[in-house]
Amino acid sequence: MGAQKKPAAARVRDDSEDLTRQRLQAIVLADSFTTQFRPITLERPKVLLPLVNIPMIDYTLAWLESAGIEEVFVFCCAHSSQVIDYLEKSEWYSRPNPNLLVRTIVSPKSTSVGDALRYIYEQQTETSQIQGDFVLVSGDTVSNMPLAGLIQEHRDRKKKDEKAIMTMVIKKDSRLGIVSDQLFIAVDPLTKQLLHYEEGTARGGDVCLDKSLLDSTVLVCNDMQDCYIDICSPEVLSLFEDNFDYQHLRRHFVNGLLVDDIMGYKIFTHEIQSSFYAARIDNLRSYDMVSKNIIQRWTYPYVPDINFSGNRPLKLGRQGIYRASDAVQSRSTNIGASTVIGYGTKIGNGGKIFNSVIGNGCSIGSNVVIQGSYIWNNVTIEDGCEIRNAIVCDGVKIRAGAVLQPGVVLSFNVVVGRNFVVPAYSKVSLLQQPTTEDSDEELEYADRSGTADLLSGVNNLQLESKASELGPDRTGYIWEVCDSAHDEEWKHSVIPIPMDKLADITRAMDDDDIEDESVVPPSGELKSDTDSINTDANDDYGYFEREVEETFLMAIIKDDVDHVIRLINSRRFAYNMASADCAGAVFYSMMRLAVNTPHNSASELYRNATTIITKWKGVLGLYLKQTDEQIEVIMKFEEMCEESAELGPLFAQIVHFLYDKDVVQEDAILRWGEEKAGADESDKVYLKQCEALIQWLKEASEEEEEEDS
Amino acid sequence: MPDVQSTVVEFVNKLRKRKIEGSQATAKCTVELLRSVISHQRVPHANQAAALIDAVKAVGEQLVAANPVELAVGNVVRRVLHIIREEDLSLTTAAMGGLDLLDASDDDDVDNCKGIGYPAMSAAVVAAAARSTLRPPSLQTLLEGTPESATVPYTSSSGADSESKTADKSSLTRKLKHDVIEGVNQLIHEIAGCHEQIAEQAIEHIHQNEVILTLGSSRTVLEFLCAAKEKKRSFRVFVAEGAPRYQGHLLAKELVARGLQTTVITDSAVFAMISRVNMVIIGAHAVMANGGVIGPVGVNMAALAAQKHAVPFVVLAGSHKLCPLYPHNPEVLLNELRSPSELLDFGEFSDCLDFGAGSGSLQVVNPTFDYVPPNLVSLFITDTGGHNPSYMYRLIADYYSADDLVM
Repeated sequence: MGAQKKPAAARVRDDSEDLTRQRLQAIVLADSFTTQFRPITLERPKVLLPLVNIPMIDYTLAWLESAGIEEVFVFCCAHSSQVIDYLEKSEWYSRPNPNLLVRTIVSPKSTSVGDALRYIYEQQTETSQIQGDFVLVSGDTVSNMPLAGLIQEHRDRKKKDEKAIMTMVIKKDSRLGIVSDQLFIAVDPLTKQLLHYEEGTARGGDVCLDKSLLDSTVLVCNDMQDCYIDICSPEVLSLFEDNFDYQHLRRHFVNGLLVDDIMGYKIFTHEIQSSFYAARIDNLRSYDMVSKNIIQRWTYPYVPDINFSGNRPLKLGRQGIYRASDAVQSRSTNIGASTVIGYGTKIGNGGKIFNSVIGNGCSIGSNVVIQGSYIWNNVTIEDGCEIRNAIVCDGVKIRAGAVLQPGVVLSFNVVVGRNFVVPAYSKVSLLQQPTTEDSDEELEYADRSGTADLLSGVNNLQLESKASELGPDRTGYIWEVCDSAHDEEWKHSVIPIPMDKLADITRAMDDDDIEDESVVPPSGELKSDTDSINTDANDDYGYFEREVEETFLMAIIKDDVDHVIRLINSRRFAYNMASADCAGAVFYSMMRLAVNTPHNSASELYRNATTIITKWKGVLGLYLKQTDEQIEVIMKFEEMCEESAELGPLFAQIVHFLYDKDVVQEDAILRWGEEKAGADESDKVYLKQCEALIQWLKEASEEEEEEDS
Repeated sequence: MPDVQSTVVEFVNKLRKRKIEGSQATAKCTVELLRSVISHQRVPHANQAAALIDAVKAVGEQLVAANPVELAVGNVVRRVLHIIREEDLSLTTAAMGGLDLLDASDDDDVDNCKGIGYPAMSAAVVAAAARSTLRPPSLQTLLEGTPESATVPYTSSSGADSESKTADKSSLTRKLKHDVIEGVNQLIHEIAGCHEQIAEQAIEHIHQNEVILTLGSSRTVLEFLCAAKEKKRSFRVFVAEGAPRYQGHLLAKELVARGLQTTVITDSAVFAMISRVNMVIIGAHAVMANGGVIGPVGVNMAALAAQKHAVPFVVLAGSHKLCPLYPHNPEVLLNELRSPSELLDFGEFSDCLDFGAGSGSLQVVNPTFDYVPPNLVSLFITDTGGHNPSYMYRLIADYYSADDLVM
């Protein structure tokens, strides 16, 4: 034993030497795999969109460089050629002997973070680019936090505990809760291990914690913000490879690891100090928020008056006004606080500009009002326009007297006609809105060529007929906003939250506070004896059931029991279901299949059911090891029978069949009978059907006992 | 050359990202970088000085642009340029002198220099003499004859030393470059030693049982106070903490570790305490040509308090902090506005900071530096001694060439 230990110890030492020698590496995902920034992202990748006149990815790369990262892999997907072109022309490539090596990985087919990481893993076998722990961020992260200590912490922990494969950066931030979806996490206060992660729970909604978590002290927080900065060990890549259905980094991967207690991988959290800044731009609202934070210098030294990535520094004046040295501005223009004016921009007489960012090479006419807006490069705004809380992309022309109401997004090269009023929240693009309804998790339009076809091929005709939309001499389509999204629109646009909504939220929050005080304090420690956590998960169960049914139906075609079991298990872990729930869902799917198979009479239906049960009882059996689970199935079946008139009469027969096939034990049936005995008369329909069976079972067991004695 | 280029880029990068802080560290890095630039610079036969000046200027411009707020960078670049000009001048005068001294001179310059060989000793002396005659004598050189004469033998001996080594292959090219590098080495030496130079004078300024006030943290001040302590002076120090970075806390810790009686006070208590104080000692970020001082934020307040109570306000500055520019130039009075996170926690005042929604909006301004006008300063102590603010322009004229003021 001692002899065996020695080489192991030696290896550990070697490993530690390896760790110190490793280059610090980072993977930057230059694609967010969402559609929040449409229609802008149809023409340009999100990471190249200017954030206070500097492309987002420059903030990320500058931060990674100064945090001591030596090699960055930029993963490009949509518009990969644009990203690569930009990087090749930028300082990151042209610099001799750089501290930061920038490489690109291109995979146009990836549609999610999961795909991206799987692609990197596949490449890994050939090139072995990723040598050790790496930092995983998306290309829209703005931060100034140091990483060296964090990576060291991760490595030390990894050395002690092989299973600690990921460290997640979180930040205390009470205000983003109002804006974005709320995050709810549970952390072990001593080890900082992440125990529970739940995103997007509505305020005041219920959160369910696994009961086993409550054995020890748990810190439950709902005022944390996930910075989407992760320190990962190489195992993370292989885990993505193993679990081919992981798509979303948080929803699938993190939750997958948390419920999967077989492999026992652990995720830890690291809360950054309040003196550092970290944020991610995932929708227009956070774009607005981060822009303002940059102007207020929270991101120092990544601020517009410092040349941190080859940008031309602006001059900072009083009241947070940043101005390019060659910007031309009339004396009568009123430029208010927190405004940025880029190089080569000309501003006419008598305008009023405040809280806005104006890019390079814009020309702005006289008497223009611009407030809370983001005007990108080379935009022409003619006299007397009024622009409030809008995003105006490169090359847009706004003719005299036009008005952009709050929340408007004008994509590239749109022309707005004279005196035209663009209605609030509308999104205007030269490209037509894709007609297929996309899920929110879909890829940003894969390739520019495809969309160009859409424009040229589809209809020049329509462009003219629809052209009246934007007033005389204009180009562009107004995208339709579906009704359901409209209600939520205020949440995601650049407009400051309307006062009434804000009041609603704060009121709701106050109410919550009062109600919840007894239940879950906003952020506090739950002792193990607290049992006030709600375990109500009906919604989840509904989804789960539907998914299991789908999987089951799909799998049946393949006719492979093992395959079905594997698929169902993965669903089970994803939804954190008990095996009783699984059994219920599987049985439900089987019965649905039976009912849906064409049949003429009740007996034929019974035959269908029996064949299906015989065939798939292996699957069921796996989840029905205990009596409780079997009772669950019977009760599930009862529910189904109530819903379907056809199945009703067959209840007793099928239960008997289940008993014959050893899927359900007699104990379960008897206990079910006992439980039901006390129920309402209306509930007893099926019990009565089964009376004969139960009677028979009882007798049988008594006989057995007699024989025994 | 490429490796020099990459070190330049690396240094520029550090300056940009504000990774190097403190004027002494920056000055040191800058001068070392410039030394390697000079030593790697290939010089043509004709007009070598111009080639060197161009090379240094090109690099210097990049460095200054990288962090215009750090004035020490510009100062050091100008110092190096001055050294090049001086050496060039002394060489030409030496050559001329050599022509006079040696009858057996050859026709062209290079051979001439070869011919000098051993009489280099005299040439160096001539150069030094020429330097002092060519320049109008400054008040300093008139008053203190000793330092000037002390430097002459130093340069001449070292010059002779190396001359004999490189005599065989010496050419005018190598000579100039060599002299310049020698001069730059001396500058490095000077920057490294400025703390001790200044601290040596401590005993003359700090007396028994005095109370000294300082603000923020400065290595020069620390050394200065400790030097007085080592000379068995006993005195007390008040340290204003220097919000929002609270570097005064660090200074106080250091002082206590070295056995000084130290009291930490808030910045706002300076006025209340000033009547008990005998002298205010401050480390400067930069000293302007008019005698104005750029120092850590809050310094002006302390200076005004000191004036009100007629307490001497003493500024310590190494010679690399003397800036040949005047503060009327907005380019120079740049102030670095740092992150508001030093004042507030992010999100603490989120509702007021999210401007645009309501009527008013909260702005957070966190400047790094303060400007103290020259009339508030009683005395400057540099590595060459104590000076009156009105004399600073003259001192600065010794260190810089007028040609380099605008780079």
